[in-house]
Amino acid sequence: MRFVRGLSYRASAIAGVATQFFFGLVFVMVFQAFARSGGDSIRAGLDNTQIASYVWLQQAFLALIMMWYRDRELLSTIASGDAAYELCRPVDAYFFWYARLLAGRLAGAALRCLPILAVAALLPEPYRLCAPPSLASGLCFVLCMALGVFLIVAITIFAYILTVLTLSPTAPFIFLTPVYEFAAGMVIPLPFMPDALQKILYYLPFRLCVDLPLRMYSGAIAAVDAPGLLLRQAIWIVLLVPLGRLALNRALRGAQAVGG
Amino acid sequence: MPFSTLAGVWLLFTRFGDLAGWTAPEALLCYGVTNCAFALSELMARGFDSFPSVLSNGEFDRVLVRPRSLVLQVLGARLDLSRFGRLAVGFVILGWAVSGLAIKWSFLKAATVFLMVACGALLFTGIFVLGAAFAFVTTDGLELVNVFTDGGREMAQYPMTIYERPMRFVFTFLIPFACVNYLPLMFVLGKGGSPFAALLPLVGAVFVVPCLAVWKAGVRRYVSTGS
Repeated sequence: MRFVRGLSYRASAIAGVATQFFFGLVFVMVFQAFARSGGDSIRAGLDNTQIASYVWLQQAFLALIMMWYRDRELLSTIASGDAAYELCRPVDAYFFWYARLLAGRLAGAALRCLPILAVAALLPEPYRLCAPPSLASGLCFVLCMALGVFLIVAITIFAYILTVLTLSPTAPFIFLTPVYEFAAGMVIPLPFMPDALQKILYYLPFRLCVDLPLRMYSGAIAAVDAPGLLLRQAIWIVLLVPLGRLALNRALRGAQAVGG
Repeated sequence: MPFSTLAGVWLLFTRFGDLAGWTAPEALLCYGVTNCAFALSELMARGFDSFPSVLSNGEFDRVLVRPRSLVLQVLGARLDLSRFGRLAVGFVILGWAVSGLAIKWSFLKAATVFLMVACGALLFTGIFVLGAAFAFVTTDGLELVNVFTDGGREMAQYPMTIYERPMRFVFTFLIPFACVNYLPLMFVLGKGGSPFAALLPLVGAVFVVPCLAVWKAGVRRYVSTGS
């Protein structure tokens, strides 16, 4: 009985990976089919290999780059009023939460990314996850991804700050997630969007978390452009972190411990 | 959530014009049929989806002693009204697709679309039931079923032609998704399917039968769980 249970526990982890893998396969085929029927003139940006690597990296690092990663424990602490204890701790609440969310994301991705990447690299040709075209692209991908993760935590922490204000652990996520997912390129890659829309989204920070690293990997964004884009990521982080810290401290000052 | 996905699909069509020879309204019909079917199935068969928890907390013993049909009880355990929203979205897409199509409708074609939605819902229900049946073995839910429920919905939203042969094979003969949307759609859209394709959705309805049989076999060898 214990054996079966243990097995089914492991099975559910495998099943999670299998589900993501299947979704990835469907997305690759759908996007490639669209790109094929569009013809070369408007294909703009991504060829088949680039589509494949975009989708596979997205699935593999989903825990790092999606909005819908929620620290249930933290949210329930906020909703139940236990967050009051946190304030007594001699640490900065913002950086404490920040580190916590960052760690949670890293742990989630560490578990899932390797099996997906390994299998995706073994697929037959148009669907295969290829190596980056150059060492520079690969290196820039790692850098963009790293800064991107710092940025997305700085963005998502605002949802937690909203939770402090509204005491609803779901509402901020329900409203923010579609916006983020769409603007970041989680739903469809940015190059597949109309040009006018792309221009607007390029001004927002969201695409720097997903679109930038995923396209950097396959060389769809040239490695030469990396320094400027990395700088942009850094600027957003430097901007959003103090802003978030200010907002959180404001929110916590106004918050009254609820619950008995 | 579905709105951002829908917007994504719409943008893909504005960018690329068509999908493997299917125009936007044609592909949207496929999209709408699948989403309606899935929403209907979720609306009705949610009880089977949450069945593992019923099993693991011992609730199922109480279900067993009641002198009513087991399937009916499990089905009725959770009528998830919030799913009406999803169903509404599905019907809006369907209406949008139909209004954009330039084909001549006949009674047979309309009936086929109706049959596709109904049988598609039964097909998804079949998968939910099969997933519930696995719970007899593992007690915990088997997440792998998600590949075929959520994954199946994602896949069946688009015309089957865009997928590779092995995948088409699996989803035509093993789990007959193609029979409830792609093949009959060929007929409805006048893409060269024979009128017999109008009857193909029934295969999806038949799919439920072995699934229920497996579940009932699970009930027979069921030994109570719980603390």
